[in-house]
Parts: sequence; C-alpha cells; structure tokens
Amino acid sequence: MDFGFILSSAAGELLSPTTAAYALAALGLAVHFGYSGLLNFGQAGFMAVGAYGFAISTLTFHVPFFVGLLIAVVCSAIFALLLGIPTLRLRADYLAIVTIAAAEIVRYIVTTNQLTSVTGSANGLAAFEGDFYAMNPFPEGSYFGMNNRDFFIRVVGWALVIVCCLLVWLLMRSPWGRVLKGIREDENAVRSLGKNVYSYKMQALVIGGVLGALAGMVFTLPRGAVQPANYGTELTFFLYTCLLLGGLGTVLGPVVGAMIFWVVLSLTQGVLYGLIESGAVTWLNTVQAGQLRYILVGIALMLLMIFRPQGVFGNKKELAFA
Amino acid sequence: MLKAVGALFAAVAALLLVVAPASQAATPSPTPSPSSTSFQNSISGFLRGDDRAPLAGVSITAKSGDFTGTTKSGPNGSWTIGVPTQGTYEVELDVKTLPQGIKLAEGQENPRKVSFSQTSNLSVIFAFGKGIVVQQQDFGQNLLNRLVAGLSFGLLLALASVGLSLIFGTTGLTNFAHGEMVTLGAVLVFGFNAMNLPFWLSIILALLGGGLFGYVQDAGLWKPLRRRGTGLVPMMIVSIGLALAVRYVIQFYFGGATQQLPFAQSAEIQVGPVSISPNNLWSLLISVVVIAVLGVVLLKTRLGKATRAVADNPALAAASGIDVDSVIRIVWVTGGMLASLGGILWAYYRPGVTFDMGSQILLLIFAGVTLGGLGTVWGALFGSIIVGIFVELTTVFGLAADLKYVGALFIMIVVLLFRPQGILGRRERVG
Repeated sequence: MDFGFILSSAAGELLSPTTAAYALAALGLAVHFGYSGLLNFGQAGFMAVGAYGFAISTLTFHVPFFVGLLIAVVCSAIFALLLGIPTLRLRADYLAIVTIAAAEIVRYIVTTNQLTSVTGSANGLAAFEGDFYAMNPFPEGSYFGMNNRDFFIRVVGWALVIVCCLLVWLLMRSPWGRVLKGIREDENAVRSLGKNVYSYKMQALVIGGVLGALAGMVFTLPRGAVQPANYGTELTFFLYTCLLLGGLGTVLGPVVGAMIFWVVLSLTQGVLYGLIESGAVTWLNTVQAGQLRYILVGIALMLLMIFRPQGVFGNKKELAFA
Repeated sequence: MLKAVGALFAAVAALLLVVAPASQAATPSPTPSPSSTSFQNSISGFLRGDDRAPLAGVSITAKSGDFTGTTKSGPNGSWTIGVPTQGTYEVELDVKTLPQGIKLAEGQENPRKVSFSQTSNLSVIFAFGKGIVVQQQDFGQNLLNRLVAGLSFGLLLALASVGLSLIFGTTGLTNFAHGEMVTLGAVLVFGFNAMNLPFWLSIILALLGGGLFGYVQDAGLWKPLRRRGTGLVPMMIVSIGLALAVRYVIQFYFGGATQQLPFAQSAEIQVGPVSISPNNLWSLLISVVVIAVLGVVLLKTRLGKATRAVADNPALAAASGIDVDSVIRIVWVTGGMLASLGGILWAYYRPGVTFDMGSQILLLIFAGVTLGGLGTVWGALFGSIIVGIFVELTTVFGLAADLKYVGALFIMIVVLLFRPQGILGRRERVG
C-alpha cells in the first residue's frame, strides 16, 4: 500500500474546489441553522438554483460571466423568498419538510424531458465555463503541481470562502446578528422587544441561500458540467455533517468541517482500496468500499449529534437547540 | 444509555464483517450474449410480423462511406450488424427477402438514416403490416383507471404514513429513516425468496423483520435518547444519519441493481368498468383490510385507547397509569410492520426492488402526513390517498410523467400556506 500517495491525495482534498464549495454551502447552513435556528433541508436546491441559473443564462442567453453570476444570485434570493413566505411562520419541522420538498421540486424540474432544450434534462449542461477561464490571470505552467486552470479555480474558490466568512463574521457580531441569535434562543422574547422576527428570518434565509448559490457555482465550474443527480437530498445531509463536524454557531466551523469531511472520505477510500488491492481485505470489493464510506458518514452524523452536537469548535451554549 | 448506543453500533459493525462475503455470491450477474461480430459497435433489432411471429432470413444492409455490412435475421427474428465507428448509417431492409404476404407498415422509412447517441448499440425497429397502432383511449375510461390506480398507490402510501404519524404523535419525532423501513420490507422479501423459501413465508418473515427493525431502533436508539432528554431537532438529524447508514447498508448487501419480486409481471384484467392489474387490485384490498383492522384496534381496544391517550398528552397518560414506554414500543413495532408491508406493495406497484425505493417515496409520505395534519392517524390516511390520486391524475391532465411527484409536493406547500395545521390537524400543533 502506497501511504505517500494516499496521504498526498487526502491532502489534495484539503484545498480542492469541491471542498471550497462544501465550505460555502455549509457556511450558508450555519447562517440558517446555526445562527437563526432555521432548519433548512433544501440547501442542495439553493446550490442547484445557483449552478443552473448561471449555466442557463450563459448557454441560453449568452450573457457575460458577471451577469450570469448576478442572475444566479438573484434567482437564489427569489427562491429563498418564495420558500420563506409560506414556511417561516411555521414550526421547525414544517420548514424542514417544505424546504426539502422544494429542493426536490427544483431537481425534478431540471431533470424533466420537457425542458431538455434549456436544462439538458438528466445529462445536464456543459461548456459554460469558457468566460470564467478566459479571465485567468495566471500564465500556463505548473503551480504546486497543478496546471493554471486548476490553480485559478482554487484561488477564486477559497478567496470567495474567505470573503464570505469575513462577511458572515462581521454580520453576526453586528446588532443585526445579535437579534438573529436572539430569535434562535427565544423568538417570542425578541418579538416582545418590537423586532419584526419574520423579516429577520427572511433576511437570514436569503443570505444563507445566496451563499448556497455561490457554492453551487464553485461546485460546478471545475467540473465544467452541471447534472441534476449531484443535487439530491443527500448533498444537503452531507452538508449538515460538515456543519456539525465543525460547529454550528461558528464561522470557521463549516469550513474546517468541510475539510475534515473530505479528507476523511479520501483517507478511508485510499486505505480501503489499498487493503483490497494488497489482498488484506477479501470481504469487500471496491464498489462496496465506496458504499462503506457513506455508511460511515451516516454513523458519524448520528454519533456527532448524540455525543458532541457542538462540533469541534462549537460552544455548547451556542447550540440552536436545547 | 451510552452503552446501549455503543452496543447497537458494534452489532451493526459485526454484522457487516460477518455477512459481507455472501453478498458477492448473491448478486447474479447477467451473462453477456455472444456477439456475432468483431466490432465494438453494433446496429441491431428484431423483426416481427403483425402477429408477433419472428421473421427469419430477411436481409438487412448498413452503409456509411465505404463501409457496408450485411446480415440476415436469425430464426428468432433478431439481427445484428457490427460497425467500426459510431456515426450515421444508412440502414436498408431488402423487401424482396421478406416472407410471402408480409409488407412494411405504412410510413416506415426504408432505407433510413440512423445515428448513434453515445451508446455502443443502436436498435432499429421496422414495423410490419398495420404497424404500430396508437390505441386511442377514451378520456373518461383513462380517468377512471388512473383514479383506481391512484387509490391503490395512496393506500400503500397510507400504510407507511400511518406508522410515521403514530410515531410522530407519540414521540414527536419526524423520522427521516422511515423510507428505509419501507425499503427493508421489499428487500427482505426478495432476500428470503432468493433463499428458496416459499413466497408466503418470505412475506411473513419480511413483516416480522420490519417489526423487529422498529423494535431494535426504539430499544437501541430512540428510547435511550428520550431518556437523555435529547431535543426533537437533534433527534430528527440523528434519524437522517440513521437513514443514510441504513440505506447504504442495504446497498452494500443488495447492490445497486433493480430486482423483481415473484409474480411482478401481470396482464391487466377487467373488473367492471375498470381495467387494473391483479397486483394493484390485491394491493388495494390488502391495504384496505389492514387499515380497517388498525382503525378498529385504535378505536375499540384498550391498547388503541392507550395509544391515542399517549399521542394526545404523554405526561397525562403516564399519570393515569398507562405505561408510556411500552405503548411507544408497540407503536414502533407496528410502524415498522406497516412500513414493510407498504414497501412490499410499493415494490409491486413500481414494479421493482432497489436500495433507494423507500427514500424515493419518503417525501410523498411526508406530504401525505403534512396534508392530513401531523400526528393524526386519520389525517395521514386521508392525506396519503389525496397524494396518491393526485400523483396519478396529474398525468391524465397533461403533466409529464417525470413531473408527477412535483404536483403532489407542490400541493403540500400550497396547503401549508393556507391551512398550516393540515386538513384534519388541530391548530395547536403549529407554530
């Protein structure tokens, strides 16, 4: 078994664009769930809206990159408003069911054959990343063993993560953020102080949703393709695992959580495949090894929630639930 | 309590280690059919006459550029031409070699241009005689058929959602792992059947297995968590973790393929004005009987009264001498069995067994429960029937078949907008 290779590919996951996308989306969930107590189970839907909003406006309407970006962000904000209107007055579990249903509706709509000319149905869309790479300031060559395209997307993805973390941090220590945390702790107390709870929750939903849409774009750009199968409910659950790993009511928690999530997934895959190839493990095949990893994700989510709900960095007093 | 949870995980891990080798042997792999060509890509088809009889010895040619391939259809009417590259070919059927009295159907292009789309095999269909007759179905007839099919679907959803609703009512848990309880029923029937047990025994064992799963879940996980005073939202997230773990454990053993239960294929029969497949009819009857029995138990027996009392107010029920924990235990076992039965019926309705079949309808189950009102048994029944009928009827009124679940989810969101407590729910359950 080649431990050097296993370790280096796990270390590669640490800063991969997918990890950046997970970190951004989980940061959005931290705004929703960690800071405001909104149980959004539809973050995959927000990511899909972002990715498809960008891809469709680029491919169908031929808009420049930044206009496509703006359209995607606006679409996700509208999606958040549409979701928020019926559900923000309801109890947490209703919000959970409605958001998960809305995310699935988005996935069914982009999968349907009726809209193949726009969404590409199950095959998805591709070749929309040209404008993005055309802006690449790095000349061709090798950067830490990556080509200039891979390096560019990593720089952009992680710069976005840092900027968003900073924004969320500033927001949450502002008076606005304190009201939001107050709503999480006791909605009625905040209401009795004359704050419009509904409007604050709506703003939080929109901000977290926009972060989800940005994550959708970071997720889809390095792949050069967007496919509906990537945006199922399981994506949301993986994001919750990242969030809970790092810590709910923290800014850095989701980022570190996403890193841990991907490094551990990569390590277990490397070790399992290595053991299978070397013949030490005969009761598994490589397909089953892939499934075993997701079994471990599920068990990890349960154990985290039961034994350390505040995550690695979290503070137990800051939990969104008692 | 920590010990109990730890023991549960240890048991799961031990099970994984012990039974894993069997899974490779159990998954049958289809044997590749012998190919008559040395090329990787092929154009193929079946020639069948109007009466479905195979047409043998008919000559077919495929041309593209300077490549020409010719073949004759075999005794079963099948033909294959190997081609060097995927591209556009001109396929021609030599009409002179057709048997006496057989003619190509009207409008069948010959020769015709065909092109590959990303697969290595391209099938070409030639229709003969009258060709493909599009059956014009009467709209009213179609509506009635879909209505009955929808009722059958709704009732099987109700089996699962009544259990979910009972669990929610007595413990407050929104159980995202309920979809996996549905899958388990169908997978167990398939597994027991593959072990050559009689069909009826497989079903009984699968139902018992579903009940056992409910029992183990409650005893090993949910009861300790309740004892610990874990909140409802953390419990919901734990149920998501459980759902992921169980779904992939099932895939680990069962594989990713779609399998069929015995008797899954059946021709439609005519019952009065409705044409329905016998499986759907059985499913309808079984669901009605089971739900009726459940209703009688809930309304008439002491156990039913105790269950309703716990659902109404657990503290008060405990104070009046009801053993709340044992009632909840019974609810979990019943919920597991009902979900398994729902899963078996769902495997016949689709038809097919897959590892994610339960999570595919989980949201429809939730939609049924929320539509009717969380925590009410009759609401769950009523809501599920509405969802089932709605899903089937939207296709009659022109919604594409791949969007039929969207209608049901959408109607749920709309109902929540105007009547958040659901149709039969009580105001106090909201907000």
